[in-house]
Amino acid sequence: MLLEVAGLSRSFGRLRVIEDLSLSVQPGEVLGIIGPNGAGKSTLFNLIAGVLPPTAGTIRLSGRDITGLPPWDRCRLGIGRTYQVPRPFAHMSVFENVLVAAVHGSRASLRQGRRRAEAVLALAGLAAQQARTAGALTLLDLKRLELCKALAVAPKLLLLDEIAGGLTEPECATLIGIVRRAQTPDMAVVWIEHVVQTLRRIATRLAVLHDGGVLAEGAPDAVLANSRVQDVYLGTEGR
Amino acid sequence: MLRSQSPRVVAGRAVLVAGMLMLAVAPWVFGLGTISVLTEFLTMLVLALMWNLLAGYADVVTVGQHAFVGIGAYAFYGFAALAQIRPPAAILLAGLVALALALPAMAIVFRLRAMYLAIGTWVVAELFMLVAGKLSAFGGGSGVSLPLPVLRALGARPAERFIVVYWLALVLAATAFFSTWLLLRSRVGIGLMAMRDNEEGAGAVGVDLVRARMLCFLWTAPFLGLAGAIATLQKLRISPAASFSIIDYTVFVIFNVVIGGVGSLEGPVLGTILFFVLREYLSDFGTWHLMLLGALSIAVILIEPRGLWGLIRRRLARDLVPVSHHGSRL
Ligand SMILES: Nc1ncnc2c1ncn2[C@@H]1O[C@H](COP(=O)(O)OP(=O)(O)OP(=O)(O)O)[C@@H](O)[C@H]1O
Ligand SMILES: [Mg+2]
Repeated sequence: MLLEVAGLSRSFGRLRVIEDLSLSVQPGEVLGIIGPNGAGKSTLFNLIAGVLPPTAGTIRLSGRDITGLPPWDRCRLGIGRTYQVPRPFAHMSVFENVLVAAVHGSRASLRQGRRRAEAVLALAGLAAQQARTAGALTLLDLKRLELCKALAVAPKLLLLDEIAGGLTEPECATLIGIVRRAQTPDMAVVWIEHVVQTLRRIATRLAVLHDGGVLAEGAPDAVLANSRVQDVYLGTEGR
Repeated sequence: MLRSQSPRVVAGRAVLVAGMLMLAVAPWVFGLGTISVLTEFLTMLVLALMWNLLAGYADVVTVGQHAFVGIGAYAFYGFAALAQIRPPAAILLAGLVALALALPAMAIVFRLRAMYLAIGTWVVAELFMLVAGKLSAFGGGSGVSLPLPVLRALGARPAERFIVVYWLALVLAATAFFSTWLLLRSRVGIGLMAMRDNEEGAGAVGVDLVRARMLCFLWTAPFLGLAGAIATLQKLRISPAASFSIIDYTVFVIFNVVIGGVGSLEGPVLGTILFFVLREYLSDFGTWHLMLLGALSIAVILIEPRGLWGLIRRRLARDLVPVSHHGSRL
């Protein structure tokens, strides 16, 4: 098992966002995560990536307990993540943004990192923008830059937080193509998205987050057909 | 390096290079009064470069940097005056002592973050100063002058000594500038720049924030110690209040870097130049100078957080001192 989350909880003050959540991810799969606004999806990523400490529970990566490790160690062990609200290195060029990730995330030299960054930018179709200052990018390009940074660390587990929001249909198709091409057989993708149609096309499995836990999970079509899911999520959100 | 497209960048670099050349020939061009001011400028420049590295890149906002300047001063006195080691070697040893004492200081200070870290650095600096005041061999609370033999080892006459101290300061400042530049261009440096722009984002792509902060802290300490030794050679005495002066070695330095521009190599240089220009042209120096610089810092932060250099940089195609890894190599 690549990722094993067991009994994970996290509260902010009295607000219990994640409660006793358990989840596993296998190499090669694409796990889609949906859930209403504020369900705790991004919080789950922050817990897995090590930005937030959990109030309870353990997180294992390839069998190793990483619950106490800082984000950079988790990154170097193979967790690449994007932020829902992009966090560019605003005064650096697009290329340098990806280079930092390549050099530090995959423990490469500057030379190796350069090659890796070039490859990732080419794959994601951002090569033409590489000389621009990251702070000057549009939101869509910033999201693509987030993806490039996450890929540059050579992840085994790729965490994508709403990178398709606001994309047109063809752009979505392109994005799915990029993720497919980037995914190696030993790599898993966990992808949070509100647009269920996007996830349906790439996810091998779907999990619905609700009330701090996993409400339903399984094959995408079966999960979407689940009446409880339709009630609490699709019904209220009207998607 | 001058192959760059923009005439403004070429002009800026020409100014920079001209300034460096001017410093390199200064002893043959200027009188002793100017040489003395330039020596002080070079020492302050080292302090500015170091504070900028720590606060501008590694987010270690220290207000206790004067601790290592004072440690360098006292260590230099100990080696040169008490142990009678030749001054050049004593200066280097003073840098090493600062580095060694940075380890326990770091162990205390790095348990804290943000506001608390700043307060922690100040408390640690005060502690070092209190200890220095208790050392009777170092003149206790009132300090002591450098004995004549130490000075004679630098040169027979005061005029010669001025020049020697100037060269020492120039070598130190050049080393500080170029090594910090190389650091920023390195693998570590690109991580530091990412930290400057977005700390959490840097951690998420694998930049070890703790190690980077420690490295910067240990990087700055010996330079601060060396600067303290050279400041002592210029002031010709040590004392707890003057050698550990928070106003001279921390507050002014912070103002200079903030006004010049945090998080760039050019900013500290610009800020330090401005500091000396203002000081030379404002006759009634003292409290007013401090207040003026304080007000200026606040004004600059409100207009452009990245200082005067941030304002200038917007009109330039690239950095004058290139730290980028993109486009042409330099
Ligand atoms: N650092 C924090 N401090 C306090 N509260 C937080 C913090 N992070 C998240 N929350 C709260 O936790 C809840 C879950 O937030 P989270 O961002 O994980 O939701 P989400 O499922 O990603 O929502 P969305 O679909 O809108 O992105 C929200 O009520 C949010 O306000
Ligand atoms: Mg979210």
